Amino acid sequence: MSRPSDHIDEEPTQAPVRNAKLGFTETLRWMWTQLTSMRTALILLLLLAIAAIPGSLLPQRAADPNGVTQYFASNKDLAPVLDKFQLFDVYTSVWFSAIYILLFISLIGCVLPRTKHHWDAMRAKPPRTPSRLSRLPGYTEREFTGVDVERAYASAEKVLKSQGYRVERYERDGEVSVSAERGYLRETGNLVFHFSLIGVLIAVGIGGSLGYSGQRVVVEGQAFSNTLLAYDSFSPGRFFSASSLEPYNITLNKFTTKFEERNANAIGQATDYTASITAQVRGGQPFDTTIKVNEPLGIGDTSVYLLGNGYAPVIKVTNSAGEVVFNDAVPFLPQDKNFTSVGVVKLPDGLAHQLGLIGFFYPTVAEAHGGMKMSTYPDLIDPELTLNVYQGDLGINEGIPKSVYTLDIKKMTKLTGIKTKLPSLEMKPGQSAKLPNGMGTVTFEKVARYASLDVHHDPAQGWVLVFAILAMLGLFTSLFIPRRRMWVSIRAKKKNTIELQYAALARGDDPTLEAAVQRTIDDQIRDLGLTRD
Amino acid sequence: MTDVLSQYSVLSLYSAMAIYAIAFVLFTIELASKATEGKLSAKFPRMAMALTWIAFVLQLAATIMRGLAASRVPWANMYEFSMTGTLIIVAVFLFTNLKWNLRFLGAFITGLVLILLGLAATRYYVEIVPLPPALQSYWLVIHVFVATLATGFFALGFSLSVLQLMQQRREVAVVNGKKTRMVGLVRLPDAVALENYAYRLIIIGFIFWTFTLIAGAIWADKAWGRYWGWDTKEVWTFIIWTIYAGYIHARATRGWRGTRSAILAMVGFGAVMFNFTVVNIFFKGLHAYSGL
Repeated sequence: MSRPSDHIDEEPTQAPVRNAKLGFTETLRWMWTQLTSMRTALILLLLLAIAAIPGSLLPQRAADPNGVTQYFASNKDLAPVLDKFQLFDVYTSVWFSAIYILLFISLIGCVLPRTKHHWDAMRAKPPRTPSRLSRLPGYTEREFTGVDVERAYASAEKVLKSQGYRVERYERDGEVSVSAERGYLRETGNLVFHFSLIGVLIAVGIGGSLGYSGQRVVVEGQAFSNTLLAYDSFSPGRFFSASSLEPYNITLNKFTTKFEERNANAIGQATDYTASITAQVRGGQPFDTTIKVNEPLGIGDTSVYLLGNGYAPVIKVTNSAGEVVFNDAVPFLPQDKNFTSVGVVKLPDGLAHQLGLIGFFYPTVAEAHGGMKMSTYPDLIDPELTLNVYQGDLGINEGIPKSVYTLDIKKMTKLTGIKTKLPSLEMKPGQSAKLPNGMGTVTFEKVARYASLDVHHDPAQGWVLVFAILAMLGLFTSLFIPRRRMWVSIRAKKKNTIELQYAALARGDDPTLEAAVQRTIDDQIRDLGLTRD
Repeated sequence: MTDVLSQYSVLSLYSAMAIYAIAFVLFTIELASKATEGKLSAKFPRMAMALTWIAFVLQLAATIMRGLAASRVPWANMYEFSMTGTLIIVAVFLFTNLKWNLRFLGAFITGLVLILLGLAATRYYVEIVPLPPALQSYWLVIHVFVATLATGFFALGFSLSVLQLMQQRREVAVVNGKKTRMVGLVRLPDAVALENYAYRLIIIGFIFWTFTLIAGAIWADKAWGRYWGWDTKEVWTFIIWTIYAGYIHARATRGWRGTRSAILAMVGFGAVMFNFTVVNIFFKGLHAYSGL
């Protein structure tokens, strides 16, 4: 990213040619020159593009951890090999990082000297007028009569100034000339763009290491407070400290869904999810608000997003003595667009044996061929809960945390459902069913909805945006503001007649250079009150 | 009412495709024939341009009717995105032509638009359905529209780069006194001029693409809870951005102007098309709104 080759005041590069005689420092300098050259930057850019591709072909741990697990299961031999090359963590891998770090070093090594150069250029006068303007683009000669040299000079200077040029007067061999330069903003924009990219990278790094994100499922009527313990899952940045969790509470009052009912091509398609909540920051007043899919809630330096929802049947279990051993809303995970959902109840205590229940919930139940049940509509028209009972060791006594959504049935015996003597427990809301062997009763009390909330904190996110916008503005000026020099050289020819020579030179791509020379000529003719010949 | 409108929309689109097809044939004949004044084929480009304008108006009507029928912007699934995207490509072509004479790109543009519309109408067609909650945002209007604008400019840049390479081969052949069959290129600007046109269009596309990327990140932050997560579509947006950034640098690097930068422009547009078709349909990710 050093100066482009069409840079008009580029000095011939003094890069030492590498040969065996180079000492250590010269070798380092040679390497530095290579690294910061435009060609290297270009190749690194293309390498970066290529290196990003595998991450879109293979599942990535950060974006799709389940996909990685599945990939390992279905490609037992290949997956570990790919994993060795960090192909499931492409964007944090050593090789991907190496490319972009080198690219940014190259970028810094290029823009720093360029900034110095630009700083000097901005304070320098426009350069001496070249002696042979006729070699330059847009070269035009004009003769004016009835105007003297000084008046023509004054008008040329005035016209160029009004077009945004900086001007300087030079004299040589009876010739007076204006040397003018404009469009410094082009290079300024270019530098702003590159510095902003560095800014984006730094802000992303800082935000990622100081921030955190956490997930929490909240059932209607339940509250959630922003503390480490309250999260179902939590991923902190490298330098996260628990004290940066700002204390607040969110209570989910009601979760409303809307499904398409009229458009025959989209019956049952969700058109709206709204979580109505009451929020309270510590020491503040509670307030009612809503969270929707595209409308997160900003609270206490975090953003709270609605990223999922589902049904949570309220299940009560009593033992044979009539004591309640379980009574809770159990979030079920939706499996399809009609919200056929799966959930698990673990009953470690209070019954004759440890029991596990694997349940299916159908908001609108229907029977397919062969007696398989399924849901045919996502809303609660005819809800039903079916449960299969497993007896044995739940595997939770060892104190190893287990997912609340899965039941490890390795050490358990299935008591109801397919391949057993007893049918599954089937209940509509308000109904009860008996557990096998007189162990007790299960009651499906009612259905609540739940919202899956994501909480994010990224202290540098605003800076990322600021730098991104700066980069775009810089890019815009660096690509579209023309940087050009223009010269008007004036000398007396014969009595009462003067000759003017116009020429210009562009830095970078400049499709309108010659038109600009014509405009200057026209403006000057108008300024002098002459008519066009 | 909605049904009638969407049927008219389809009808209008098919008519537009028929006219694009005729324009394509005329553009191609002209491109392949030797230049001779007075012959009928000399009138072909103007006729083809007029036909392209008519087809454009019909397609515009089709797109607007689709939007009215759905009461939202007509770019919420693959079918609609193809329809609006190709409309923009044609618009960029037609309006650029008011400034510079780029009629010789007509064959390429109408050809590309025909292929994409054909795919859209036969493979991607879906009935109008309401927007899922994740798409209910004004960013849908901005982010997707600007992405299609960028695509339009990249498409023109691509076709100019292809012509640039062909022209360059012809020029080399002429200098070496060899025979060349690319006679239609005689009337076109020389390779350097084609390269400059391509560059000017691509940098406009690049600005729009940068905006698409930033707007997408802002929207992703609102809808998915993070501004960047290396979702497949994000990855490809990044790859495309990087390729074109490389292209712009190549133009300022010795030895990379000309053929090499033209190839980069072509690779870049290849990635744009890949992102639009293969990534949309076959790759798993959060941008799963193709409606298929």
